[in-house]
Amino acid sequence: MAALAKLKGQPTPAGQPHPANDQGQNTEGSARALLRFITCGSVDDGKSTLIGRILYEAGAVFDDQLTALDSDSRKFGTQGAAPDFALLVDGLSAEREQGITIDVAYRYFSTDQRSFIVADTPGHEQYTRNMATGASTADLAIILIDARKGLLPQTRRHSFIVSLVGVRHVVVAVNKMDLVGYDEAVFRQIEHDYRKAVAGLGFASIDFVPVSARDGENVTSLSALTPWYRGPALLPLLESVVVVAEAEVEAGFALPVQWVNRPDLDFRGFAGTVARGRLRVGDVVAALPSGRRSTIARILAPSGDVSQASAGQSVTVTLADEIDISRGDVIASVAHAPVVKQELRARLLWTGEAALREGGEFILKLATATANAQIVRLHHSVDIESYAEAPAESLAMNGIGLATLTLDRQLAVLDYARSRELGGFILIDRLSNQTVAFGFVETRRAQDKARSTAETGGAARAVLRLVGWRGAQERRAWFEAASWRLASCLFVAAAVALTTGQWALAAALGLSDTVLRPLLKGLHARLWARRAPPALYDGAGI
Amino acid sequence: MIQLSHLQKLEAEAIFIIREVAATCEKPVLLYSIGKDSAVLLHLAMKAFYPGKPPFPLLHVDTTWKFRDMIAFRDQTASRLGLDLIVHINEEGVRAGVSPFASGSRLHTDVMKTQGLKQALDKYGFDAAFGGARRDEEKSRAKERVFSLRSAQHRWDPKSQRPEPWRLFNTRKGPGESFRVFPLSNWTEKDVWDYIALENIPVVPLYFAAPRPVVRRNGAWIMRDDERMELLPGEQLETRMVRFRTLGCYPLTGAVESEAANLTDIIAEMRASRSSEREGRVIDHDGSGSMEQKKQEGYF
Repeated sequence: MAALAKLKGQPTPAGQPHPANDQGQNTEGSARALLRFITCGSVDDGKSTLIGRILYEAGAVFDDQLTALDSDSRKFGTQGAAPDFALLVDGLSAEREQGITIDVAYRYFSTDQRSFIVADTPGHEQYTRNMATGASTADLAIILIDARKGLLPQTRRHSFIVSLVGVRHVVVAVNKMDLVGYDEAVFRQIEHDYRKAVAGLGFASIDFVPVSARDGENVTSLSALTPWYRGPALLPLLESVVVVAEAEVEAGFALPVQWVNRPDLDFRGFAGTVARGRLRVGDVVAALPSGRRSTIARILAPSGDVSQASAGQSVTVTLADEIDISRGDVIASVAHAPVVKQELRARLLWTGEAALREGGEFILKLATATANAQIVRLHHSVDIESYAEAPAESLAMNGIGLATLTLDRQLAVLDYARSRELGGFILIDRLSNQTVAFGFVETRRAQDKARSTAETGGAARAVLRLVGWRGAQERRAWFEAASWRLASCLFVAAAVALTTGQWALAAALGLSDTVLRPLLKGLHARLWARRAPPALYDGAGI
Repeated sequence: MIQLSHLQKLEAEAIFIIREVAATCEKPVLLYSIGKDSAVLLHLAMKAFYPGKPPFPLLHVDTTWKFRDMIAFRDQTASRLGLDLIVHINEEGVRAGVSPFASGSRLHTDVMKTQGLKQALDKYGFDAAFGGARRDEEKSRAKERVFSLRSAQHRWDPKSQRPEPWRLFNTRKGPGESFRVFPLSNWTEKDVWDYIALENIPVVPLYFAAPRPVVRRNGAWIMRDDERMELLPGEQLETRMVRFRTLGCYPLTGAVESEAANLTDIIAEMRASRSSEREGRVIDHDGSGSMEQKKQEGYF
């Protein structure tokens, strides 16, 4: 109330136009990048206790919630008369009774440095899919390890799933240090074991913190009980982590069409969230999978008409031409467009009760598109202990493998590493309507890449880069342009032959005319695409 | 690349969810409960389909005990935006004389709100209903999906919720099943007020402090909004500067003493507050699992 009284004494800016959102947050010093993280570990590692402790220490627990916690602790708690912080996050009755986390719980808190969304995810194997769900939108994962138990199969499994869904930063919280007497040797052994276990998973950073979630040691401030530990406490570490930017997007943009907006005969807009890149009014675009082209006429953002929009924004665009586009199609730039495929190679995380089998048919949902899919081949499964690939005929729940799926229609997709939006999908069982798998598209096969570098020389590779790989939009455009040149090159050749009589020269000129101009066009497209969004693509006089 | 602010990200996410429902469900409806969260939800729905109108009506399940200011605001809002508004009252409950005073908060909420909502959804055949609930409001809501599947009997099964990786929502459902959809899942109370201020969204005047007639009952300031509320022996009607952090049935909603009469003051007061917004809600305190139980029975 004292703070309130002080505020009241000041002239209030009420009635003034509110500053733009960005500025408003900046001036308050709260525009720190949002960090989304998940906590994962095995049953009883103390995840919920840790999150409850962080929320409590960060002041995100209100007085009336603390009062409720006191009475709940006496009823369900495992800490005697002391508050059991796990009860702050375990919201379901079944969870309180059993003292375990069943479902993902999302919590929101902020410190002076940063805002956080935390997904507290279940450790039990049966609920692994819920863990993968929490991880799918996270920037960082806290992996809990019980100091007494060391690495468990679940630790390796969780680490693998976290890397599979593309989380690049890991913080290993070695919990229950109080129960091993804050012994440095125990901590170092776990650090060593963990680094060795996840060496191949490609994390950008791995940090280790010795904590006791129950007693709050090394959670918000450094503990006197671990003088041998040189790093920051857990919360300061989370505040300071710099998230590596997603592989910087090429200039290409993609807008999966979610909803065709036709309020009247005069307006036909395509609404959706920009999946990647940036679009501008006047950009030439292709509708995928049809490949039909048009130009962006208007962009409507939540704030009104805008001249450009970029990844993450929800927009409605109108096009200059009446072309057939419906929900599930992707409006994309001509360069760096997603590839159109009717057969997908993808990693699958199986979440269904019934095991995956070859030949199974499912409904596939990718971005806003839906298709019928059949699993035609399971290439291998991935062993969760050794991360090694082994031939497999089926995948049980929580199994991970690589499969080929055929679709009943063409879809525009990207490699999952390039776009979570256009590379991540789910499979749905037709009868139960349950989500039975998470899928991660692999558009370029490892052996393809190997073969192309091995078989093609430097010059050929340069040409390939220019004309695009097989099936790529660039290559299609290139062939289109080359064939279109055919008529005029024949004319050039004929004219030269008739005037000079030298057939060889005529042929050479004609041929170079066919090849050079589209090549130059392609080169231009590449160059421009690398800089500003493509301005002029067609009709550039070739 | 344009860097999106925290609020712009939440806005884009909510609009995506709203459009996804319109595109995949047969007959959606927006459950409009008149409060600040509903105001934001409605504002986002208007944006999602601009320049068109949202392709679904508003539904208000009226318990007949809402503040009079709320009802007036509701009718104004629907006519201002030119939207269809369906008001449903559980007439059986009214005939049986159910009221917060005679029946207690639990029975009143169950009959007039939960049963009333189920009746309305069944009567009109809605297969998806938007709600303004947020995960930060209450523990069992923190575990709720964005697309929450309900059985033909409207039950919620917390143990078999579908995973929602990325922003991919499995919108398939069997005959009779329906969805409760929560576009504001990831918003906090602060986000809601910041957005209201930023977008200049009209809200019910009860959120702003004013002198109002209140009595102290069970440790809360209850506003006497009409004659139906009888004073108990020893109770004294007083006029105090109060406002409401959440709005529900007036006999079940505690006011807080406050001088905050505009958005800036409300946001400042919320920052300094040491209690959660649902503290004033009587129904949340019927037992620590009570919200979860009500949700399983079909409550939002």
